[in-house]
Parts: sequence; C-alpha cells; structure tokens
Amino acid sequence: MEFLKEGILEALRLIRTLDPDVLSAALVSIRLATLSTLLAAVIGVPIGFLLATANFPGRRIVVLSFNSLLSVPTVLIGLLGIGLLSRQGPLGTLNLLFTPTGMVLGTTILAIPILVVFTLSSLKALSPLVRETARTLGASPLMVAWTLLREARHGFMAAVVAGFGRIISEVGIAMMLGGNIKGFTRTLTTAIALETNKGLFGLGLAMGLILLGIGVVVNLALTQVQGR
Amino acid sequence: MTDRFLKFSTVSSLLGKVALVFLIILGIWGLWGGVGEERIRLATTTSTENSGLLEVLLPPFEKRFGAKIDVIPVGTGKALRLAAQGDVDVVLVHAPEAEERFVSEGHGVNRRDVMYNRFVFVGPSSDPAGLKGVSDGTEALTRIEAQETLFVSRGDDSGTHKKERVLWALSGVNPEGDWYLEIGQGMGATLLMASQKGAYTLTDIGTFLAYGGRLDLKILVDGDPRLRNPYGIIAVNPARHLHVNYPMAMALIGWITSPEGQEIIRTFRPTGEPLFNPVAVP
Repeated sequence: MEFLKEGILEALRLIRTLDPDVLSAALVSIRLATLSTLLAAVIGVPIGFLLATANFPGRRIVVLSFNSLLSVPTVLIGLLGIGLLSRQGPLGTLNLLFTPTGMVLGTTILAIPILVVFTLSSLKALSPLVRETARTLGASPLMVAWTLLREARHGFMAAVVAGFGRIISEVGIAMMLGGNIKGFTRTLTTAIALETNKGLFGLGLAMGLILLGIGVVVNLALTQVQGR
Repeated sequence: MTDRFLKFSTVSSLLGKVALVFLIILGIWGLWGGVGEERIRLATTTSTENSGLLEVLLPPFEKRFGAKIDVIPVGTGKALRLAAQGDVDVVLVHAPEAEERFVSEGHGVNRRDVMYNRFVFVGPSSDPAGLKGVSDGTEALTRIEAQETLFVSRGDDSGTHKKERVLWALSGVNPEGDWYLEIGQGMGATLLMASQKGAYTLTDIGTFLAYGGRLDLKILVDGDPRLRNPYGIIAVNPARHLHVNYPMAMALIGWITSPEGQEIIRTFRPTGEPLFNPVAVP
C-alpha cells in the first residue's frame, strides 16, 4: 500500500511540476498513438469496407488472416521491423531504425488488423436494408459507401479507441524499433520499463497512472465526438 | 452482401486518395522529427547509462558541437552487433577481447581506452556460500556452485556476462541447475532480482553503488585483478558503412578522451565514491 500511495503522490507531483522527462515521454506516446491510429484507420477502414461489401476469391482467407493478426505479439512485429529497417535490411537506406518514424511504422502495422476487423464486423452488423434504401433513393456508389460508413460509425469509433489503446499501451515495438532514446523515442511504456529496471517503482507507477489518464481522456473525447 | 456494387475505377480512385492522405500524414511526421539538428547514435552498455554518467558527460559535448546524441543502452554484445550492422555511429563498451575482434574484423576504427572500474561479487549479508574474505573470483564461483546457492546471471552477452563466463571457465566448473538463473536483462534488473531473491551476482561497481540504497546486497569479493573492468570507445568503420556520421563520432571520441571529458569522469561521484577511473590522458 505504501508503494501505491508513494506512486500516486509522485504522479501528482510530476504532473504539477510538468517534469520535462515525463512530459516528453507522454508527448512521444501521444504522438505515436495518434499518428499510427490515423494511419491504420486510413489503411484499415477501406480494407474492412472492401471485405464487408465486395466479394472475391480468397476473401474468407483474408478475413481469417486479419482475425488471427489481432493477436500478433508486439515483439514479433518489433523483430520483423528490425529485420526490415536495419542497415543490413531491405529498407536500411531509409535510416528509420531507432527513429519515431520507425516506431510509427511498427505500431501502424499492429493497429491495422484491429481497424480492419472492427470495421468489417460493424458493417456486417448493419441491416442490408440500409444499402438497398440508399440505392433506391438514387445514391451513387460512393454515396452508398459513405452512408454505410456513417451508419457503422459506432463500430468505427470503437475501432479507433481499441487501436489507440493497443498502441499507447504496447512496449515491445517502441522498445525494439525506437530504442528507448531519451527525449526522442522514449515513450511512457518504455520509460516505465526502464524505471522498473532501475528499481524506481514510484516513478514507474506515476508514469503508469499518467498513461491510464491519457486513456481515459481519449475515451471521453471520442465518446463526445461519437455523441449519445 | 455478396454482389459487387463498387466499380473497379471507384475503388482505385479511392485507393489513390487513401495513398495521398497517407503520404501527407507521413510528411507531417517527418517535419516534426527534428529539423536541422545533427544526430549521432551511441550504442552503449546499461552500466554507463544506469549509473548516470552519460547525463553529465554528454550534454557539454552536445552544447559545444550542436549535435544531439541518441543513446541506445543495450548490453555490450548487442551494442557491437548494432555497430557491425552500421545501425549506430559509435560504441562505448566494456569487453576488451570482443572489442579487439570487432576492430580486427574491420567493423570499427580508432578504438581508445576511456576508463575502468571493477567487477565485484555481491550477495545477501547472510552469505550462505561463505564468500566473505575470499579475494579470488574463481574461488568465489566454485563455492557458489558447491553450495548450489542462488546465482543470478545477466545471460545477455553483455560485458559483465562475458566476464562471468570467462571466470566460470577459469574455475573449471560448469554452472548448471535450478540455482543458476540466466535472466537476459540489464545490470539494474539483475541486481534487483538478486536482492529480492537473496542471490549472488557479479556486477560492475558503478551500477552497484548507483543503486546502493535500493538493494539488500553486500560487496563480498573485491580486488581480484582479473575483475578489472575497462571501457573502450570505438567509431564504426566509415569505409564499410558509408552513411555513418564518422566526423561527429570522432568528435565524440575526442571529447570523451579529452582532459575535460576525463575530468568529468574523474569527478563523477554521485554516491561520494568515484565510480570510474579515467585512463585516456596520462
């Protein structure tokens, strides 16, 4: 209990004094999660949409693959990322290993299946009548697509929240592709891992609480956007 | 929902827009990623980072040369592998034989001695294997093995782990059994685990002193000349990896081995006791 109290007091102190190290780690975490979620949405939503509406050979296998990818271990993505981004790897010349962009690539890949699967299932849950009605009312295919996505927006929001949550809470990819560089690629999660290794549990717990706070704020904000 | 109602052209124009948005977002990120600042990458051991030395040694360099040093704290083995792949510009490590091999294989150039400290055996004050009073590192290991008392090994191919394996080889006994815990983690995590479990471990004196109050461990074996722990700094070979920031790596080597840099190392005493002894300038 002493440990918990110490952690909470430390968290409050760090927030009140705007501790620069914690602030920078929090900003990196937020930037990373926001950007990767956006990218994953931009890529994942159209894929989910196609899988829900179009029919093509192998569609079931693709759906199955995305479902399985939901549980891909972050360290595996980190490992593959190192293989790709290392100087010896095929993308080595881009010099992306141990940079924020490298982390973004990894966490985007992590979140894409979440966005795909959530979009797919929320579209599947819609009544076929929605599309029929839109079409009978003379909507163009793009407008039909728009109508469907709007009708499924709750599922879409859930996808964004889940993707954001998965990214901001993961530590494997950030550690392996970011390298835990202070003030550059150090996220709240990698900082917690480091402080725990240093035996500074109070500081680690404090950052954990801040991380939790970010999750709550993001959820509240998105619930507001989603409305009612 | 099995019929196709989206024409291929619609899909491809949609994909085009998607790609555009993707590129825009990536571009914004790229702009954010520090414009105009020169960065160099230093792979180093967890011992130099955990002790806090780099936090006083590097900022004056960054200020003077207008460069930002990205410190990647890993074990010596991994640091040298990253360097051999050209993923970092310069390494600060502690494993003389591995460093020599690294240079002779052409991965690195201009190795300089920087500083040294020493390894010590630490363990619980109850000292079940009776290490107190032993001054010979191999004798310490023999006693631990004979009693099968818990021993936490870094197990991560770090400089400390390499030293531990050399000592095991010299002692002629093979560490095997459930008393020997290979955890594959940094020095700090290893010390914390040894402290929690009441186990022995081999540590560099710098990290041990820096962790001081957080550990329930005592120094038991100290002073064996084989437990000397020298640190070296090496630039990655620019002829092999054309992209590395060789001039800045050499500037960093110059700084750390300069009288000023060495003075910072000499006067770095977070716990009152010197943690590292500089050796670059006589």
